[in-house]
Amino acid sequence: MTQSPELLRRLLRAKDRMDGASHEEWPVDRLAEVSAVSAAHFARSFKQAFGMPPHRYLLTRRIERAVAMLRETDLPITDIAFSTGWKSLGTFGRIFRDITGESPGNLRARARSSAPAGQLVPECIVRAVQRPDLKASVSEKRREQAVETMGLQSTEDS
Amino acid sequence: MTQGIDVAGVYVRDQDEALAFYVGKLGFRVHTDVRNGDYRWLTVQHPDQPAFQLGLFKPGPPVHDAATARTLFEVLAKGAMPPLVLVVDDCRATFERLRASGVEFTQEPVDRYGSVDAGFRDPSGNGWKMIQARTQRGAQ
Repeated sequence: MTQSPELLRRLLRAKDRMDGASHEEWPVDRLAEVSAVSAAHFARSFKQAFGMPPHRYLLTRRIERAVAMLRETDLPITDIAFSTGWKSLGTFGRIFRDITGESPGNLRARARSSAPAGQLVPECIVRAVQRPDLKASVSEKRREQAVETMGLQSTEDS
Repeated sequence: MTQGIDVAGVYVRDQDEALAFYVGKLGFRVHTDVRNGDYRWLTVQHPDQPAFQLGLFKPGPPVHDAATARTLFEVLAKGAMPPLVLVVDDCRATFERLRASGVEFTQEPVDRYGSVDAGFRDPSGNGWKMIQARTQRGAQ
């Protein structure tokens, strides 16, 4: 099934809204309203257009923002977790590790020991490049990792 | 300037709509608007930058076959075309003016790296970053 450019443009609007306020809650009916499509069709249409379900896309954006804040600010990790949209520090830490492969504290320490990114490139581009590549769902990733550590499967690092 | 980039273009889904946006809202001027059959060569330029033309090109024949044109329209509507950057003297003032005229902003002005930037899209889906020039601080 192909998607009309008119529909894609409206789906992009929902994606833009998540990009602009990823700390907010984005239930499907809110996104569907932005795109002017039914809630029943939204999630499937979004996934077809952008390659991942809207909720998963939102998670990547939140982690991306958290990574940027860990790198660029001295804010406590708790503050970063809440300001990027998580309701519990535990959930933030778990999903952060699942997606990036390390803890927020480790990432901050590692980022500080390396040189800052060039400031000649617009911020949005730098972030897009640093965006975590979330192809598998968080729970799938965790399962894969568990399997790997048990030595039952050797897959390349995704 | 006698050598350099003269024209670079973006794809748009509708050239009349794009013209109304880039000229009517952003304040560009029409540089060239000529037709040959169904083909329309349309370029605009920034009033402060007469040496550069921004082309507003619609995918389709005779340049593209129907399937290719369709793919380009899809990619455009998904916002997957390359980034564009507009430099302005005052990002917040321009933001207020453009938003009042109905420009679809994707990011309100944010202070970053000693400058201010915002983001908007044209009606087709092309994404623009609008960055405040840093020259006022004596960098030149």
